[in-house]
Amino acid sequence: MEYMGLSEIKGGSLVILEGVDNPAYEEVVDITVDGWQKKKGRIVQIFGDKVVIQVFEGTTELSLHNTVTKFTGKPMELKLSEEILGRVFDGLGRPIDGLGDVYAECWRDVNGKAINPVSREYPRNFIQTGISAIDGLSTLIRGQKLPIFSGNGLPHDQLAAQIVRQASLGADSDEQFAVVFAAMGVKYDVAEFFRRTFEESGAIERVAMFLNLANDPVVERLVTPRAALTAAEYLAYEKGMNILVILTDMTSYAEALREISSARGEIPSRKGYPGYLYSELASLFERAGIVRGSKGSVTQIPILTMPNDDITHPVPDLTGYITEGQIVLDRGVHQRGVYPPINILPSLSRLMKDGIGKGFTREDHPDLANQIFSSYAHVNDVRALASVIGEDELSDVDKRYVEFGNILESHFISQNKFENRSMAETIELGWETLGALPRNELDRINPKLLDEYYRSRTASDF
Amino acid sequence: MTGAIFGVNGPVLTVTGQDGFRMSEMVLVGEERLIGEVIGIEAARSTVQVFEDTTGLKPGELVYGTGSQLAATLGPGMIGNIFDGIQRPLRAIEKSSGVFISRGVHVENLDTEKKWEVKFLAHSGDKVSGGDIIAQVQESPSITNWVMIPPGVKGALKKVAPDGLYNIKDVIAIVASDASGPKNYFQDGEEAPKSPETEIFLAQKWPIRNPRPVKQRKMVDRPLITGQRIIDTLFPIGKGGMAAIPGGFGTGKTMTQHQLAKWSDADIIVYIGCGERGNEMTEVLEDFSKLKDPRTGKALMDRTILIANTSNMPVAAREASIYTGITIAEYYRDMGYHVAIMADSTSRWAEALRELSGRLEEMPAEEGFPAYLASRLSSFYERAGNITALNGKSASITIIGAVSPQGADFSEPVTQNTKRFVRVFWALDRSLAYARHFPAIQWLTSYSEYLDDMQPWYEANVGPDFLTHRQALLRILYEESDLMEIVKLIGSDVLPDSQRLTLEIARVIRLGFVQQNAYHAFDTYVPFAKQLKMMEIILYLNEKCRKLISLGISMNVLKACDIFDQVIAIKYNTGNSDPAQLNSYFKEIDSFYGRLYENNA
Repeated sequence: MEYMGLSEIKGGSLVILEGVDNPAYEEVVDITVDGWQKKKGRIVQIFGDKVVIQVFEGTTELSLHNTVTKFTGKPMELKLSEEILGRVFDGLGRPIDGLGDVYAECWRDVNGKAINPVSREYPRNFIQTGISAIDGLSTLIRGQKLPIFSGNGLPHDQLAAQIVRQASLGADSDEQFAVVFAAMGVKYDVAEFFRRTFEESGAIERVAMFLNLANDPVVERLVTPRAALTAAEYLAYEKGMNILVILTDMTSYAEALREISSARGEIPSRKGYPGYLYSELASLFERAGIVRGSKGSVTQIPILTMPNDDITHPVPDLTGYITEGQIVLDRGVHQRGVYPPINILPSLSRLMKDGIGKGFTREDHPDLANQIFSSYAHVNDVRALASVIGEDELSDVDKRYVEFGNILESHFISQNKFENRSMAETIELGWETLGALPRNELDRINPKLLDEYYRSRTASDF
Repeated sequence: MTGAIFGVNGPVLTVTGQDGFRMSEMVLVGEERLIGEVIGIEAARSTVQVFEDTTGLKPGELVYGTGSQLAATLGPGMIGNIFDGIQRPLRAIEKSSGVFISRGVHVENLDTEKKWEVKFLAHSGDKVSGGDIIAQVQESPSITNWVMIPPGVKGALKKVAPDGLYNIKDVIAIVASDASGPKNYFQDGEEAPKSPETEIFLAQKWPIRNPRPVKQRKMVDRPLITGQRIIDTLFPIGKGGMAAIPGGFGTGKTMTQHQLAKWSDADIIVYIGCGERGNEMTEVLEDFSKLKDPRTGKALMDRTILIANTSNMPVAAREASIYTGITIAEYYRDMGYHVAIMADSTSRWAEALRELSGRLEEMPAEEGFPAYLASRLSSFYERAGNITALNGKSASITIIGAVSPQGADFSEPVTQNTKRFVRVFWALDRSLAYARHFPAIQWLTSYSEYLDDMQPWYEANVGPDFLTHRQALLRILYEESDLMEIVKLIGSDVLPDSQRLTLEIARVIRLGFVQQNAYHAFDTYVPFAKQLKMMEIILYLNEKCRKLISLGISMNVLKACDIFDQVIAIKYNTGNSDPAQLNSYFKEIDSFYGRLYENNA
C-alpha cells in the first residue's frame, strides 16, 4: 500500500498521514522523498485512519507533496546470523563497513520480549576484569547489568575498553566470548577509540558494532540499543555465546527520548523527561541475563554521563533503580591522579553476594570487602574533620585512617591501564592495605580470618 | 458486547461502535484476544487499557466485552506459585511460550486438572452464609486451605459431595440461596443469576478492585515479629499494620523486604515484585525453596505466593498487580490467617498510574502524577488491617510497601502521600548503606506509631520494662547524633568522659545491635527473647560504666578493656537457641566493673 504526500509535518521527526487503510501499531514504513531519497519511519500513534509516524532520519527535505509512503506491515526487524560478528552497522542495523549485506539466518523484532522470571537462571559466576576496585569490591557477575556512572572528561571509555580487553571467564574456560557495542550519540573519536581498541587486542573479529554518532539522526538513537540487544540475545541464547554488551552513552538515549516526547506534546515528569523513561530504560536493561536451557549469557555494561556530576539526575537515578548496581567514577578521585577513578562507596554490585566467597573466589573475600567499605567510609569522616582542625590535631587512630585511605587509593584502586590483576592478587592487595589499620579497628571481619590473613604494616612497607 | 479499535497509543486504546461496556469491565482485544480493561466511557468512544504489548494492533479489530470485572480466581494451588500482574501463572506461560513471554497467551489462573483431596466439615442441611467454612484441603505442607462459601451467598446446604478428590471446576456443594441475597460472584466471574440454587466450587472469583468484606475491623494489638532487631525492638510493626520502606537505589529496600518475607511470623506471605528486576524474582524462587521456615520447619516457599511484573513487562499489568496481590491476601485472611504483603515497589505502581494518566491526557498534579494518586494509595493501604472475618475468625493483613523516591528525595509525591497513610516509616539512608551498615534503617528519621496500641501485649508477653528499655536505647542514639555535631568540628578527644562514654555505648548499639548480618547463619534471624537480652546487656554495661566514670575513672582506662568489643560480638558468638549463655555476659560486666573498681578507686 503506497500513499502520496503527507497531511502534516511536526518538528524534526514526526509526520502525520491521513486516510490510511489498515495501519498496525509500531509498523515500519518506508518513505521515498523526491523519488530517490529513502527514509524509514515507525507508526507511534493511530487514531482512526490518521497515523503519527516517527521518521528515523529526521524530516529534513520532506514536504506535503514530495513523498511516497509505503507500509511494510511489520515491526522493526533485524537480519541476524553469526556473520554479524566483525561487522559495523548504523543505528538501525544496516551495514556501513562497505562489506555488503549480511546473510540472514533469521529476522528478529528489535523490541524483543520480556524474559519470563521463572525461565531465568540466577547469575552466580563472576567475570574477572583484572581491575581491583571492581573484582574486589563490586564484582561483575556473568548475566549482570552493571552500568558505569561517569561525568564528562572522566576516563569511562578507557575503563570500559580495559574491561573488554581483560574480561575473562576464568583461565580454564572453553566457552565462546563476544562483544556487542552500541554507540548512541557519541563523538566520532569515541567510536574510533573503541574500534581501535578492539582491533589492537585482536578482538575485532568477535565484535559487532552498532554506531549512531553525535551527528546521526536523533530518532535512530531510540532503535540502536534495541538492535544491539537483539543481536546479543540471538548470539547468547541461540548460539550459546557469552556476550558482553557495551551501551554508550545512555544519557544521549534518554535525551533523544525527551526530544521526541516533547515533540509529541506529552506531559513531562522530572526535568522534562517523559513519565515512561523508567519503563523505556528497563526494557533495555532487563534484556541482560541467563536463561535456563542455554549456555549463553548477556552481560551489560551501559555507560552514562551524569549531567553536572549529579547522581540524583533522573537518568542515573532511574538507571540505578533498574540495574544490579553501579560503578561510580568520581571527579575528586580523578583529580587525585587515581586511575580508574572509582569512588568505591557509592559503587555496588548487587549480585556480588552470591558470586564471591567460598567456592567462588575465596572465603575471606566478603568480609574483606565489607571491612574496606566500612573503614573507607570512616576515612571520609576523618578527612572532613582534618580539613577543620588540621591533620596534626587528629587522634593517633584517626591518623592511621588517613594513611589507610591514601594507601587504598594509591595501591589498591589505582592501577595501570594495561595491568591485569588476578583475583588472588586483588584479595592479597586488599589485606596488605588493611594492614595499615590496627587490628582492633577491623570489626567486620571474622576473627579467625584475621588470625590467618591480617599482618600489620606501616606506611614504609608500601 | 463488542466494539472496534479506533485509536492506539501505547497500552491505551480508543474503542468505538458500542455503548454498553461497563467501567472496569474486562475486555478481550483483537484476534489474539489480548486482555484489557475499560477505564473510561464517553458517548461514542470508550477507553481501554491493555495488559499486554499492543504492537501490531490495527483500527477496526474487534474488542469483546466479557460482562465481568477483572477478577482473581481464588482457590487451592496459589501457595508456592508465581503469577504475572493479572494472575496468569508464569510456569504455565513458560510451557506455552518458552523463555520469552509472548502475548495473547491464554492459560488458566489455577490448575484446573489437579485433583485435591477434600475433607468436608459441613453437612447437608446446615445453614451457611458467606465466609463459612465447609471443607478443608491440604494446599501445601504448611498451609490448609479452608474452603469457604463465597461472600454474598446465604442459605441452606442442599447437597454436599462426599470426601474425595476434586478439581477446582467440580461442584462440591449446592446452596439453596435466599433469593434476597446481594450480588454474588462465582466461577466465571459473572454476576450470578438470582437463582434459588448456588453451586459451590473449591475456587471462587473476586473482582480485584473491590475489597472483600469482613465482619469487623479492630485495632492492631500485637506485633509482627520479624527477627530483625531494629524493627522488632526499635520500630515495630503490628499484625494488620502498614509500613513504608523508602530509600534511594542501593540502600537495601529489596533486601529488607526479602528478610521480612523470609523471617516474619505471618502465616502466609504475598510478595509482589512490581516493576522491579527479573533476577530478584528468580532469587526469591530459588532461595525460598531451599530455606526453612523457623516456626514450621517446612520450606518457606510453602507459605509464599509471588506476583511478578518485572520492569520490562507491560505497564498496565503493573497497575493491576498490586490489586491482584491484595485480593489473594484477603482470601487467605478470610480463612483466619495472618497474611503479610510485601509490595516492591509502590513507586513503580504510582509511575504506571502516571504513565497511563499521561496517555489519557489527564490534568497532572505534582511531578506529572495524577491528582488521584493520594486516594489510590490510601485505598490500597486501607485494605490492610486486623479484623474479624465473616466466619468469626481473627485474622490480619499487614502491608509493607517499598518506596523508591526519585533522587532519594523524600519530599517527592509518592513518599509524602504514602507517609500520610502508613503508621510505620523505616527510612533507609544512603550514608549508612555506603558504609555497608545494614539494614540501613536510619533511627533518627524512622518511627512507629503502633507502640501505644501494642503496649498491653508487651506488658503481658514481654515484661514491664520493654518500652522503657527501648526508650533508653534510642535516647543514647539520639544523644550520639547531637554529640557528633560537635565531634565533626573539634574531634572527640576534647569531650568530657561521660560524653565519650555515650559515644562508645552508641557504637556498641550501632555495631552490636542495630546492625544485623543477613548472610550470617544465625544473625539473619534473631528471636525476640534474644533481642531483649542483648538490649538488657548493653544497658547494664552502660549503667556500670557510668558508675565507674562518676568515680573518676578515665574513659581511656575503660576503653583499654575489651568489654565493649565482647558485647558487640554477642550477635556472632552466641547462638539463638541458648539464651542462658547470654546471662554470662552480666557476670563478665560485673567482673570488669569489679576489676576496675579495685585497681583504680
